[in-house]
Amino acid sequence: MNAATQPRHSPRESRDEAYNFAYLDEQTKRMIRRGLLKAVAIPGYQVPFGGREMPLPYGWGTGGMQLTAAILGAEDVLKVIDQGADDTTNAVSIRRFFARTAGVATTERTPEATIIQTRHRIPETPLHSDQIMVYQVPIPEPLRFIEPSETETRTMHALNDYGVMHVKLYEDIATFGHIATAYAYPVTVDERYVMDPSPIPKFDNPKLDMSPALMLFGAGREKRLYAVPPFTRVTSLDFEDHPFEVQKWAHNCAICGSHDSFLDELILDDQGTQSFVCSDTDYCAQRVNEGRTGQ
Amino acid sequence: MYVAVKGGEQAIDNAHKLLAKKRRGDTSVAELAVAQIQQQLPLAVARVMTEGSLYDEELAALAIKQAAGDLVEAIFLLRAYRTTLPRFCASVPIDTSNMLLNRRLSATFKDVPGGQLLGPTFDYTHRLLDFSLLAEGDHAGPQTRADARVEACPRVLGLLAREGLIKEEADTGAPVADITRQPLEYPASRAERLQALTRGDEGFLLALGYSTQRGYGRNHPFAGEIRVGEVEVWIEPEELGFPISIGAIEVTECEMVNQFVGSASGLPQFTRGYGLAFGHAERKAMGMALVDRSLRAGEYAEEIVSPAQQEEFVLAHCDNVEANGFVSHLKLPHYVDFQAELELIRKLRTPAKEQAR
Repeated sequence: MNAATQPRHSPRESRDEAYNFAYLDEQTKRMIRRGLLKAVAIPGYQVPFGGREMPLPYGWGTGGMQLTAAILGAEDVLKVIDQGADDTTNAVSIRRFFARTAGVATTERTPEATIIQTRHRIPETPLHSDQIMVYQVPIPEPLRFIEPSETETRTMHALNDYGVMHVKLYEDIATFGHIATAYAYPVTVDERYVMDPSPIPKFDNPKLDMSPALMLFGAGREKRLYAVPPFTRVTSLDFEDHPFEVQKWAHNCAICGSHDSFLDELILDDQGTQSFVCSDTDYCAQRVNEGRTGQ
Repeated sequence: MYVAVKGGEQAIDNAHKLLAKKRRGDTSVAELAVAQIQQQLPLAVARVMTEGSLYDEELAALAIKQAAGDLVEAIFLLRAYRTTLPRFCASVPIDTSNMLLNRRLSATFKDVPGGQLLGPTFDYTHRLLDFSLLAEGDHAGPQTRADARVEACPRVLGLLAREGLIKEEADTGAPVADITRQPLEYPASRAERLQALTRGDEGFLLALGYSTQRGYGRNHPFAGEIRVGEVEVWIEPEELGFPISIGAIEVTECEMVNQFVGSASGLPQFTRGYGLAFGHAERKAMGMALVDRSLRAGEYAEEIVSPAQQEEFVLAHCDNVEANGFVSHLKLPHYVDFQAELELIRKLRTPAKEQAR
């Protein structure tokens, strides 16, 4: 598909009556909503929930899907992105799943969506307060790669004991001269819990801070959910002499010419000729519609 | 003008059609019926039911057909279906002492009350390909005497327990959590652990059980008793006030007798590990029993040094639906994370290049 194609808005479909609305039974959805309320009340805290087996594999967005199923209403307009794009195979698959089981309208336009389920990106178009972002999370525990035991990490969170995380970041600086984390970059939420923002590039971290939209995170396999309520301080971990900074590109998007969006690198030929395009396909298409071009 | 290489809805539809075609194979060969799988691949059906946590032979056979014989995929299909089923009640605990046995053996005593009952088994077969199976044929089974009866078979470990030689296992009557409804938290109760192990991957438990035999958390196991047969399932609906039988299921149960423990306060006793699976599934039940015992290391104040003794390690990684999902998700696009890493590694390499100059 050409990225410049007009994005689609699909009206409500008739839903598959063989399943409950949005697949999960009402009791399960209620259980998840209770978990979400707790998560919103304790920003950044990982709430265990009775995750269900979904008809998609673990690791492919089952946590995000369960949250979406729990909050989805008949009037909602759903957008699903994977790597910023609406038309990657898994985004298509999840969007179709809800169109089929909930019969909701779907869209590729960021401003039109009321719920945006995402894997690995936050849209470039600023979010507004009527929107909910649902993130698919593989490993919800930011301390997991430092301390493999769940019993230990839960205690560390309880005691606000995040020294090891700073030591890890310091060791990066000592070894490489920079903090060597490019995505799933840890953040502190509301000056309390250290949280994994899911594997979004650190480029997207600043979009979490004081966002007017509610941010919900679901990890299906690990059976954890957490949240960042609207207008909550979210700071990326750093040091005074090594402040947090985001990725920059020396190139512009080859399609829309954007110089401040996250760019995907493409290899065009055997000689390794590079080209760069926006990872957020909707943002890119809107700019093209406004008459902007790459060259 | 650049055209992005992206998945499209059409491509997904076509991939599914290709899969259906591959599953069907050469149409000049008769299509496999679900009933054939149910009848002729009973061990595959048993594994799918056990790890799928749903006793339904027909649905398990359907899942095997739909999964083109990929059992982990079939287990996943059955689990996803199970999610949508309503729960009416929990059954009364099944009573395996009174099961209708078709196989029973003990490796700890040459003869036990009720005797050894070999039943259908691969044990003692020579693993020579039987080319006669290339053709179809009837296999009537051995001749039986009309007056043959299975004697009462009391549990072997019960005999040891009467003498106080093995740790008693008592039902505390505490409510049992359902790990498919409530998230597993550590440390888990034994009931939760056994649930996770029953759902756990047969190969993973086999390998971990094997590792304990080779010295990684050694606990001297003996196959105290393995029994395969049918047990009745009883439920006690609240409005009735008395239990009723709703049918029978085939199960495989394994009780391992393990190294004894002693303490200052008590005499030494053997300990046990427990395995239970739907259908005829000895390998699964034995692997599970070995791992159950090794996970009780803490309970018996044994040093925890090996993978099979570490509860979080075993329980967090034994589920093949979870493991397969997370490994297979590596096939999903990771352009954005990889781009972030590319940008980072180029940045980290810059000073090194300047130094080389």
